[in-house]
Formats: sequence, C-alpha cells, structure tokens
Amino acid sequence: MGSSEIFVVVMITAVVMVLAAIIIGWLLAPKSKNAQKGEPYECGIPTRGTSWLQFRPGYYLFALLFLMFDVETVLLFPWATITKTLGPNGILAILFFLLILVLGLAYAWKKGALEWK
Amino acid sequence: MLEVGGILSWIHEALSSSCPEWLTLLIEYVLIGVGFLALYALIALILILLERKVCAYYQCRLGPMRAGFWGLLQPFADMIKILMKEIIPLLKNDKFLFFTALFLVIIGSLCTFGALQFSKDLIGIDFNVGVFYVLAISSLGVLGILLAGWSSNNKYTMIGAMRAGAQLVSYELSSGLSLLTIVILGGTMQLSGLIEAQSETWFLFQSPFTWIAMIIYLIAGHAETNRGPFDLPEAESELTAGYHIEYSGITFGLFYVGEYVNMFTIAGIGTMVFLGGWQPFHINAEWAAGFNGVMDMIPTWLWFFAKAFGLVMLSLWVRWSFPRLRIDQLLHLEWKILMPISLLNMLLMALWVAYF
Repeated sequence: MGSSEIFVVVMITAVVMVLAAIIIGWLLAPKSKNAQKGEPYECGIPTRGTSWLQFRPGYYLFALLFLMFDVETVLLFPWATITKTLGPNGILAILFFLLILVLGLAYAWKKGALEWK
Repeated sequence: MLEVGGILSWIHEALSSSCPEWLTLLIEYVLIGVGFLALYALIALILILLERKVCAYYQCRLGPMRAGFWGLLQPFADMIKILMKEIIPLLKNDKFLFFTALFLVIIGSLCTFGALQFSKDLIGIDFNVGVFYVLAISSLGVLGILLAGWSSNNKYTMIGAMRAGAQLVSYELSSGLSLLTIVILGGTMQLSGLIEAQSETWFLFQSPFTWIAMIIYLIAGHAETNRGPFDLPEAESELTAGYHIEYSGITFGLFYVGEYVNMFTIAGIGTMVFLGGWQPFHINAEWAAGFNGVMDMIPTWLWFFAKAFGLVMLSLWVRWSFPRLRIDQLLHLEWKILMPISLLNMLLMALWVAYF
C-alpha cells in the first residue's frame, strides 16, 4: 500500500470525522431560536457596522516577507538533499543565492519593514 | 513480541486469505482510517488530561479530581459535555466559509499527524519528500484559522485571526529552516530515511549545529501551536478567545482537539528528526554492547512515545512559566533573532557536511 493511498484515506477520515462530530452534536444538543443569540459576540452591546473592513497594513508587509523567504526555503530543499555529494562546490553555488536573499532581508531591516509601528 | 508489525501482517494475511482482493483493500482502508481516528482521539484525550493536571501542579493545585480515580475520566466527561452543547446558529456570518475553516484545520492536523512514524513498522504516510509534505500540509491550518476569524464577522475573531496569521507564517520560516538543516545532514527528505540515518547515533549527537537547529525548532514549533508565551491570537484577557469565539459546542471542541494534537505532532516531528524517532539510545563503543542490548529490548513505539511526550512536557513547562509576549516583541524575536540565526546555522551545517 503506497503513501498516496494512505494520504487519501487519512484525508477522507478527517472529513468524515468533522462531519460525524457536527451531526452527532447537532442531534444531541438542545436547539433554541433567539434573535439576540445570532448576533456577533461583543460584551453585550450590539456591534457597530460590519467587521469585514480594511485592516492594518503591517500584517500585509509580513505576509509579503514571508512569501519571499518561504519560496526561498522551497528552492533550497533540492539542494539540501545532495549537499553531501556536491561538496564545497555546491556551497559556493548556493552562497550566491543566499547572498541575494540576505541582502533582501538586510534591506527590509534597514527600511524598517521589520518594525511593528 | 511487543511490536505491532506482527499484528498488522497477521490481519493482512487473515483478510487476504478469506476475502476477494477488492474487499481486502476496502477493509484495510477502513481499518487504517479507524485506527488513525482512534489514535488521534486517544492522544487528544491524554493531552487534555495531562495539560489540566500539569497546569494544576505548576500552580500548586490538584486539578480535576472528581471524575473517576484521580480525575482520569475528566477528558471523557469534557467530551460528552461539549457534544451536548448547542451549536448556536449565527445570523451574520458567512456560513460556507465558517464550516470550511473547521474542515481545513482538522485536515491539516490529521494529515500531519498521519506522517508520524510511531514505531519500526507502524508507519503511515511516508512520501519520499516527507519533510516537504509535512511543511506543506501543516500550513493548511493557517488558512483554516484565517478563514475562521474572517468568516465569523466579529471584531475579536478578526484581530485574533490576523495575529495568528502573522505569527504562524513567521514562525513557519524558522521551523522550515531548521528542518532544512537536518535534511542537509541526513541527505534525504524521506522521514523514514532520516530515521534510518540515525541508527548509529541520533542527529543530535552527530553535529553541534543540530543543537541550535533543535532549539530554534522547539521555539518555533511552540509558537506554531498558539500556546504559552505566544498565545496572543487567543489572548483571553484581550480578545476573549481569539479566532474561535463564534464557534460553539462541538465545532469549538474540534478546534480545541486540533490544537492539542498539533502540539503532539510538533513534538513527534521534532523527535523524528532530532532524537532518532523510534531508534533506541545507543552508545557507540565496544564496552557498551550490553547496554545497547538492553536498550534494544524496549519496544520501539515506547521509545517514540516517551521522547515525544518528553518534548510535550517541555512545551507545557514553557507555557506555564513565561508571560505573554506583545506582537512587536513576537515579530522581533522571529525576524531579527531566530531567522538570521537559522540562516547562518544552515550555512554552517552545509560547511560541516561538506568538510567532515
């Protein structure tokens, strides 16, 4: 039995588990309707306006930085598996790639993108 | 004798001798699913009791004592209680995304859990790009958390989800880079291959840089489970409960269970890549042959669970010892301290591997 098949089985198991839990909960639990109960929870006072609004850009900056470094990690993995066989030459080759990335991080650092303001 | 491999192959043979091929496969698939589900639920129950007891002892309390002997039935009581609670029908949320988030969180959690290797022959998902798979599938949880916060249409959940998103994606980098360091040392991405490479000595004792990688991995992994000093996505004194406020009854219970099992999964992956997974502790010397023989007699699944629960206890210790960080401190720790160190550590490890 291959890993892919087990993976599919596990994924289906997860879906079935959530569905079963929700159905069992729905069957067992009491149900009552109340206009106040469906409101968003907020310390007893009604919410003003919608919560789907524009948000602080600070989070967006970090998401962008994350994207850069995550793709970097993805690109480094194939190299990492054969570092042993490549030897010193492989490190020289990857050093250039890393240098560009570190420059990117240094630039973001100097620009103050890593500060939370 | 104490290994599970014998039982598994016995089931396989008994099935294939008495059923047609397609039925054998079907029954085996169902058995795998039920097995994973049972293990998942069992570990969640153990962890819930452990957390409550350990937390109580750190605070000089006794913890749950009434349900069963020494409170041992407490998690079952919790489970029944949470199943009997109403799933409140909300009026203003996005219903489709609200429930999709739940599925994403549990799929991410269970599929990462499936990649653990509990013993020598109890191996679930073992791709040849195993480390990659673990990193990829575990980030489904982030999506689920972001969706949960957004679809609830509540300001607390929104702030909680945004904080969780920033925190989880940031700390994923460090944990990814420390796993990368181990891939450089092990020379393969397959998790069983990595464990195989530790049959003589664990990775922890193969290179000094593994220690740095392990410490960074443990910090980042701890942050990824939203616990302890890094629990600001669900800081109860600021956001009441963060991204899952609007989830009630069993829908909240699933978030809770997912989070607990994630803690175990992080510890389990840490065990597999740093502490040798199910490999017994060996001393590589002539005089230690007897000692190694005794270590080999302990079943491999016991080794795995002992190491993994050791790391879980470490995580509980950290959780109950440190005050919560602020978001600027959190991002400072990741981007200006852990990230440069792990990049440098990776490079040093590559040099070590190339020259030694």
